[in-house]
Amino acid sequence: MAAPEASSAAAGGGGRLRNAFGGVICAFTLLLIGVLAFSIRLFSVIKYESVIHEFDPYFNFRVTQFLSKNGIYEFWNWFDDRTWYPLGRVIGGTVYPGLTLTAGTIWWLVNSLNIPLSVETVCVFTAPIFSANASWATYLLTKEAKGTGAGLMAAAILAMVPSYISRSVAGSYDNEAVAIFALIFTFYLYVKTLNTGSLFYATLNALSYFYMVCSWGGYTFIINLIPMHVLLCIVTGRYSSRLYIAYAPLVILGTLLAALVPVVGFNAVMTSEHFASFLVFIILHVVALVYYIKGLLTPRLFKVAMTLVISVGLTYASKYIPIIASVSEHQPPTWPSYFMDINVLAFLIPAGIISCFLPLSDASSFMVLYLVTAVYFSGVMVRLMLVLAPAACILSGIALSEVFGVLTRSIKYQLSKLFDDSSAAVSASGDSSPESSTNSTKSENRNEKSETVPKERPSKKNRKKEKEAAESVPVKPKKEKRLLALPFELSVMGILLLIVLGGFYVVHCVWAAAEAYSAPSIVLTSRSRDGLHVFDDFREAYAWLSHNTDVDDKVASWWDYGYQTTAMANRTVIVDNNTWNNTHIATVGTAMSSPEKAAWEIFNSLDVKYVLVVFGGLVGYPSDDINKFLWMVRIGGGVFPHIKEPDYLRDGQYRVDAQATPTMLNCLMYKLCYYRFVETDGKGFDRVRGYEIGKKHFKLTHFEEVFTTHHWMVRIYKLKPQKNRVRGKVKKLKSSAKTSSAFAAGRKKNPWQ
Amino acid sequence: MATPPPPLRRATLLLLAVLVGVLASTARADLVISKADRRVSTVLLALQISGAQLPSLPRLNALGSNAALVLFLSLQVDLTSHIVRVLASLKVENVGPDPVSQVLLSFPNIQAKNLAAIRAFGTEGKVKGPSTVLPIEVVQPSGAPPELTFFSALLHKPLEKGKILHLDVLTVFTHSLQPFPEEITQAEAQLVVYQDSAHYLSPYPVKSQTLAIRLPGGRVESYTRHPTAKLVDSELKYGSFEDLPPFSYLPVIVHFENNNPFAVAKEVIREIEISHWGNVQITEHYKITHGGARLKGEFSRIDYQSRPYVRGVSSFRNLIARLPLRAHSIYYRDEIGNISTSHLWSDSKKTQLEIEPRFPLFGGWQTTFTVGYGLPLQDFVFYSDGKRFLNITFGSPMEEILIEELIVKVVLPEGSKDMEVSAPFPTKQWQEVKYSHLDIVGRPVVVLEKPDVIPEHNLYFQVSYKFNNISLLREPLMLIAGFFLLFVACIVYMHTDMSISKSSPSYLSKLQWDEVQATVQKIQGIFEQCLAVHDKLEASLRDLSRTGDIQSCKAARKAADAQFKELSKELKPLLTSLQSSPQSYQIWPKVEDLITKEREMQEKLMTRHSTIVDSFERKLRGQDVENKIALQQQKIAALRQEVESLLEYISEI
Repeated sequence: MAAPEASSAAAGGGGRLRNAFGGVICAFTLLLIGVLAFSIRLFSVIKYESVIHEFDPYFNFRVTQFLSKNGIYEFWNWFDDRTWYPLGRVIGGTVYPGLTLTAGTIWWLVNSLNIPLSVETVCVFTAPIFSANASWATYLLTKEAKGTGAGLMAAAILAMVPSYISRSVAGSYDNEAVAIFALIFTFYLYVKTLNTGSLFYATLNALSYFYMVCSWGGYTFIINLIPMHVLLCIVTGRYSSRLYIAYAPLVILGTLLAALVPVVGFNAVMTSEHFASFLVFIILHVVALVYYIKGLLTPRLFKVAMTLVISVGLTYASKYIPIIASVSEHQPPTWPSYFMDINVLAFLIPAGIISCFLPLSDASSFMVLYLVTAVYFSGVMVRLMLVLAPAACILSGIALSEVFGVLTRSIKYQLSKLFDDSSAAVSASGDSSPESSTNSTKSENRNEKSETVPKERPSKKNRKKEKEAAESVPVKPKKEKRLLALPFELSVMGILLLIVLGGFYVVHCVWAAAEAYSAPSIVLTSRSRDGLHVFDDFREAYAWLSHNTDVDDKVASWWDYGYQTTAMANRTVIVDNNTWNNTHIATVGTAMSSPEKAAWEIFNSLDVKYVLVVFGGLVGYPSDDINKFLWMVRIGGGVFPHIKEPDYLRDGQYRVDAQATPTMLNCLMYKLCYYRFVETDGKGFDRVRGYEIGKKHFKLTHFEEVFTTHHWMVRIYKLKPQKNRVRGKVKKLKSSAKTSSAFAAGRKKNPWQ
Repeated sequence: MATPPPPLRRATLLLLAVLVGVLASTARADLVISKADRRVSTVLLALQISGAQLPSLPRLNALGSNAALVLFLSLQVDLTSHIVRVLASLKVENVGPDPVSQVLLSFPNIQAKNLAAIRAFGTEGKVKGPSTVLPIEVVQPSGAPPELTFFSALLHKPLEKGKILHLDVLTVFTHSLQPFPEEITQAEAQLVVYQDSAHYLSPYPVKSQTLAIRLPGGRVESYTRHPTAKLVDSELKYGSFEDLPPFSYLPVIVHFENNNPFAVAKEVIREIEISHWGNVQITEHYKITHGGARLKGEFSRIDYQSRPYVRGVSSFRNLIARLPLRAHSIYYRDEIGNISTSHLWSDSKKTQLEIEPRFPLFGGWQTTFTVGYGLPLQDFVFYSDGKRFLNITFGSPMEEILIEELIVKVVLPEGSKDMEVSAPFPTKQWQEVKYSHLDIVGRPVVVLEKPDVIPEHNLYFQVSYKFNNISLLREPLMLIAGFFLLFVACIVYMHTDMSISKSSPSYLSKLQWDEVQATVQKIQGIFEQCLAVHDKLEASLRDLSRTGDIQSCKAARKAADAQFKELSKELKPLLTSLQSSPQSYQIWPKVEDLITKEREMQEKLMTRHSTIVDSFERKLRGQDVENKIALQQQKIAALRQEVESLLEYISEI
């Protein structure tokens, strides 16, 4: 009968040990979470290579290169003449500099330590580094709300949430990579200030907000969410001096600092997105005054204010309709994308909300508010799913930690009751009966089992989470008592199920990181019977452009490829992914949807020497220019009305086969894509569209093919120079008449003349 | 697409112009040489060789008095690649009275400026035995025509009168094949023009000579007609010519098809970085261009793909590099990322890397890329006489590539001293410093620069330096020291009082807070002791049930009672101090709560203890006892849980 005694002693000793080493284990766990967050994002480097991904990151990379080469002052004054050709672009004043400055600083720091990392390497690994930071920030934020256990849990979940991974794999060098960290950290500092009422944290909060403003346009989310929370606190009668300290300095300092960022400037006080914060600022002062005078009659005022705030703001997504709509990530998400991006968290969130309400504190009400608004935004556009992810992780972390807490506590309680029962029985029966001893040993075994189960499983799947589960036991001892004690078997089952759930989540995350989100999109692979096949056509074309054309040649392409062309080929482009000038994009769209001659004239007036099209028909690459073509028509037609969308559609259907309209079959895009395509297989079978093309044999008169990549994915054409018009007399007359008439016709269509 | 007549006419004109130019230059050369002839022909030496009377031998002032040599030679010109290799097998006979210690070789300047390498191997005697390499130097004999460049092969020992020396002179020329026409379309084959002299240009009289030009096969557009000219298969032969006077010159032009890759590297930077941890890392940056006829008009992928060897015959799509045997970690990339089109074969004899640039290179197209690999240190760095030396090949491992400018940088480990370079040919040398991986003073870099490097320059060169192995440990030690200092700084920061004002309210409150925490910790200790006493009581009960020893159980209770009293005595001063502290407003209610709960629990425990002991004394049935204490039991358990949770809560603070 010494066993229970020993175990109780061990429990006592363990308790002390836990307290003593809690901090160390916590720090170690956080370190592991950081490593996890970093390394799960390296699939793209391992499976592909260390390269910048997609489109926007190339621009950021180019800006960073410029920064590291020319220094910060040159950067602020940088007028980029290699994009938006005749117009150019003021980069320093139109770019969110946070990401660039961050990577530039890291690069400078590393190089001043004489560690020779290239700018590219630094850029590639910025996102994973910052996702580790983001998971630590999540820990801090959740800890402020619900204690260490929930914090660790949330950090671990955030470290591998697919939604965030999709934006922060190694190489995905985009604003969001840094911004999510800044967002969470700003929220942490706000909640911290709210909990402590310390001006020190309030100042830090303003600085962190400044960093967020530097990094991403999504900062308006912060400057609307925090006022909403302040308002909520006031309405629910939670006004305190801490709330005042948390909010007032943020608005003043934050607005002043935000106005320092060139891209924001006076927008910080002049646009509607920021009005809510000022309004709440005034309300806060009124309330402070009212509290100070001990006045009354506030609720009605708050209601009025509340409705005001909700009606103002939240206009993030509605700007220039056709261009924004043409980007797939600006469309509202579908349900499967929720499951894909946050997986089981979607089911855990409600539990998290409930546990936030159990004792509703300032911090936990903030979490709930954050979640609700983020859900709304993610419903507006897929891209903002990213804002939802931290909220989902925090609430799921809270939920899981709470559930683990309840289950393990009830196991503990049931076990101790079992011991007590057995000992009572023993004491009653006098002599120790064999049954009772077996009983107690059985309970011992069970105890061991329940101990070992959560320790063995995780080593395979989610060790970290389990550790937190063990951690979270002591964390939340406040209110609920034995009322919540569940039957022993049920709690063991519950824990097992939770572990399975966690395992499922981990498996999904790893799959998402490895398969779904790690492709750099500039190099494609396909697995066939004879092994891996690599399609590296984009870089082939860009390398060709950069080495075999003149430095000052202008290249026209649809805007998707603008950033890549300037960054990889170092050639001047007409339009790029910045999409700030709709007319300019419409001009290119018009040229692409015009017949050859008119297109040649538009391009020639823009000084274009090469035209680049992306064509997937040979290998079946679906996101090519033919599939995007309708957007070109729409955007072009939006500005130049002679381009009419119905001309390109047969009975409302978009097609390029024999039934396609003649306008479609004669437009430049069609010709450039399918030039001599029929000679590949004799029929001209388009593998993306799945049918034979409409017009098979044709010649180009104003363009000549100068380069086509190995898989035909990128085709580059050169504008032919104008023909000499000196011939025989009769011919001359004829041709001049012809050209002049063509000129007149062209003039009508050409938007530049 | 059809070429209109004017360009054709233009091309013909161009051809004519070139031919005229060529002829003019040869004519000029002739003139010069004849002038030289006139000047030096004052001294004539009659020479008797095997009974034959030789024509007059010119004598240059600088040739010395004993320049009495006669040559028999066969000239082989290899035009299969874009690097022209001329092998002249000379049989030199000294017909003069004095021993001769050098053999002069002359080239017209127009050729000499393209001369990339010249090498001479000499064998003395009638039979060809093992040959030795002869040193070669540029000489400028006074009185020699300025249009000629002279090299002198120095003999190891002077050639005696009447003796015969076999001399093989290998000369390699670059840029000697001029593409003509200069621009071709994708489908056309590349035609090049080569011009040379059919007669061996020599300051010595030539007894007999042949010229064989090996062509790559394929079409031969034209060649200079000559009675002796003969084209068999892909070999063009001239000769043999007998009894040529010195400096005789017979221009020969061959216009033929050559589709071999004209791979020209505008610049190659080859960095060899030595790490004494066991690796020699080599990084080569190439800037490659197709040096042949430029592509005009379209590049059509469909034509290229359907019949690559017809439509695209002049292009090349791959390069082959022969890497050292144990090369590892090979990579191939350019500034925008990895290039996935490369193949590597390695076996026990060689490592061969076939790299394909991102796109096929047509005439005039260019690209850049970087190839890097690691080599084991012990294969290339050796140690002798207190000095280490690197022994590695100079040129690039690519086959048949012409490098217009090669810069070899040997990065020695930090702390190397006394660098010395010995290269088999003259190079421009200087030193740099490179900073890498935590360097402080930087790594010394020996830079060698050489223009027009061809595969023949792939010879070993040596860089010797002094390096102490202790320096290896510098960087790890630096890191260790750095981290150590960091931790020390942390410790110092944690243990020092950094506050500026000792009387500020925040500082005072912090002090008070520390005090409170200390007290709370003490209180916690006491409560834990209490709990331990509780456990002891329980244990005594269990002992009772086992042994039935009532007395010891009672004693245990008494002891526990005493202990409780003692503990509460200890607790009192702590509590008062805690209560008086202004910082404890958060904790105080909890502590109070804790004390009451604990009191209650003590009482419950005591009563339960006494009940059980009583009932045991009265020998009551176990069932009854259980019923009696069941309620208490539950309460105690609940209380205990509460107390524990309170304790934990406090400790969290």
